[in-house]
Amino acid sequence: MSSYQLDLFSSLGINILLALSVYCPMATGQLSIGNAGFMAIGAYVSAMLTVHVHLPLFPSLIIGGIAAAIIGVLFGFPALRLKGIFLAMATLCFGEIVRNFFMNFLQTLTGGAYGFRGIGDVPILISWIWGWVALSLVFFFFLSRSRLGLALMATHDDQTVSELIGINIVFLKVAAFGVGAFIGGVAGGLYAHYYLYIEPEFFNVWESIFIALYVIMGGMLTYWGPVLGASIFTLLPEFLRFLQDWRGAFFGVVIIGLMIARPSGLVTREILRIDFWIPYLKRRKP
Amino acid sequence: MKDTPLLTLKGTYKKFGGLSAVDNLSLKISEGYIYGLIGPNGAGKTTIFNLITGVYPCTSGSILLDDVDLTPLKPYRIARLGISRTFQTIRLFPSMSTWEHVLIGQNFLSRSRIGEIFPIRRTQGLALRAQAEEALRILGLWEVRDRKAVTLPYGSQRKVEIARAIAAQPKLLLLDEPSAGMNIRETEELLSVISKIHDLGITILVIEHDMRVVMGVCDHIVVLNFGRKIAEGTPMEIRQNEEVLEAYLGKEE
Ligand SMILES: Nc1ncnc2c1ncn2[C@@H]1O[C@H](COP(=O)(O)OP(=O)(O)O)[C@@H](O)[C@H]1O
Ligand SMILES: [Mg+2]
Repeated sequence: MSSYQLDLFSSLGINILLALSVYCPMATGQLSIGNAGFMAIGAYVSAMLTVHVHLPLFPSLIIGGIAAAIIGVLFGFPALRLKGIFLAMATLCFGEIVRNFFMNFLQTLTGGAYGFRGIGDVPILISWIWGWVALSLVFFFFLSRSRLGLALMATHDDQTVSELIGINIVFLKVAAFGVGAFIGGVAGGLYAHYYLYIEPEFFNVWESIFIALYVIMGGMLTYWGPVLGASIFTLLPEFLRFLQDWRGAFFGVVIIGLMIARPSGLVTREILRIDFWIPYLKRRKP
Repeated sequence: MKDTPLLTLKGTYKKFGGLSAVDNLSLKISEGYIYGLIGPNGAGKTTIFNLITGVYPCTSGSILLDDVDLTPLKPYRIARLGISRTFQTIRLFPSMSTWEHVLIGQNFLSRSRIGEIFPIRRTQGLALRAQAEEALRILGLWEVRDRKAVTLPYGSQRKVEIARAIAAQPKLLLLDEPSAGMNIRETEELLSVISKIHDLGITILVIEHDMRVVMGVCDHIVVLNFGRKIAEGTPMEIRQNEEVLEAYLGKEE
C-alpha cells in the first residue's frame, strides 16, 4: 500500500470506531454531538502516558479509554435527565469544555494550543487500529443478539414502557454512554499515536458533528449503520477528487439526497434480513 | 373473600391540580381471582393503574404488594416484584418482532448477569424459552412471531401487549380496556385468553367497558365514579346495585 492508501485506511478505521462510540448511546435513543470530547480525553491521556510515563501503548490506550468512560459516566448521570435536543446541546457543550480544558490547562505536559509534539516513541501499525475495529464489531455482534441488546432497543423505542416492564433505563443509558465514551477514548488514543501530533482544535464541534452524522446517515438501529456511514464519509470525498472545487457541494447534495431517500439511515434492521431481498431476487427470474 | 391479600390500597389519593382523580381509595385484591374495575370515562381507572405501577407518585396513602410498600419504588422495581400491565392505547416497541416483545418481557427473569451479554439462543435457559413460546401460544401469536408487532392487525397488537406482560410471569396482571377496538370474535377469544392466564395462577385486575367481558369472567367487581369507590361485589350484586345502575350501567341502555 502507498502511504496515501495507508493513511486513508487508518482514518477509516478510526472513524468507524468514533461512529460506534456515538452509536452506543444512540442505541438507547440518546444523541451525542460531543464525542470529539471523549476522543480528546483518550488522545491526551494516552499520549501523556506514553510520552511522559513511558508506558507501553496498549495499557495507555486502555487507560485513555477508561478515563474517557469515567468522565462520560460522571457527565451522563446528570445529563441523561435531559431529552432530545437538550441532551444534544449539553453534549455539544461538553465537547467544547474538554477542548478548552486542553487548550488552557496542563500546558507544560501537552503544549496547549501549540500542539502536543513528540508522540511516537511507540510505533503504531494500521493493524492495531483494525484490531480494535474488529474487537468492537465482535462486541456489538454479541450485544445485538443478547437480551441486553434487546433492552437497549426497548429503551430506544419507548422509555416509559421499558421502565414499566422492569428495565432499569437510567443504568442502561449511563452504561451506554460510558461504553461509547470508552470506544471514543480508545479511538482518540489510536489517532494520537498514528498521526504523532495532536492539538485541541482537532477535537472541535465540527469533528463531533461529523461523527454523529456518520451514524445518522448510516443508520442508527444496527451497528452496521455507523460502519457504513463512516466508510461513506471517509471514502466518498476521496473518490470525488476529480470534481475539484465542486467536491464539497456535490458531497452535500449526496448527503441531502440520502436523507430524503432513507430517513432512517442507509442500513435498517429490515435490509439485514433475507426475506427483505426475496422479492428482489424473484423479480430477476423470467 | 377472606383469602390472602396480594395487593392492598390504603387510602390512596391522587390529585392533578385541583382535580381528585383518585379519592381516598381502599381496595384489597386477593390472590387467585379475576377482578373487574369499571366506571364511566374519567372515573380514575387508568390513574389507579398508573399509581400501582409507579408511573405517578401517590399524593397520599399507600399501596402494598405482599406487605411491600410500592409507593417509594421506581417503576422497574415494581415490575420486578411481579406486576405487569397493558395500556389503554397500545404501546408496542416499533422496532421489535412479536417474538422479541416476549423475550424483552422476560428481561429480568434470567438469573445470570453474565448471560446478559451472550447470545439469547444459547444462554437463555430452555425453561425460559419454553415459557416465551407458551405465552405466544396462549395468545395465538405463535404463527406471527417473526412479524414486526406494529404491522399486525389491531386485535393482534393488543394480544402482543398481553403476551409481553405475561412473559414476565407476574403475580398480578393489570389489563386496561383489553377489548377496546376488538370485534365480537376477537372479544370472545379474549375471554378465553383471560381464563387461560388465570389458570396459570396469575391474579388479574381488568378495566373494562364491555359488560360481556366483565360479567363473563370477573369473580369480583369494583365500581368507580369520580375517583371514589361506589360499589364492590360479585357480578350478581353489582347488577342489582341501584347506585351503579344510575352512575354507569344506566347510561349504556
Ligand atoms: N397526567 C394527568 N394530568 C392531569 N390530569 C389527568 C392525568 N391523567 C388523568 N387525568 C385526569 O384524571 C381523571 C381520571 O382519568 P383516568 O384515570 O384516565 O380515567 P379513566 O381511565 O377511568 O377513564 C380524568 O379527569 C383525567 O382528565
Ligand atoms: Mg382509562
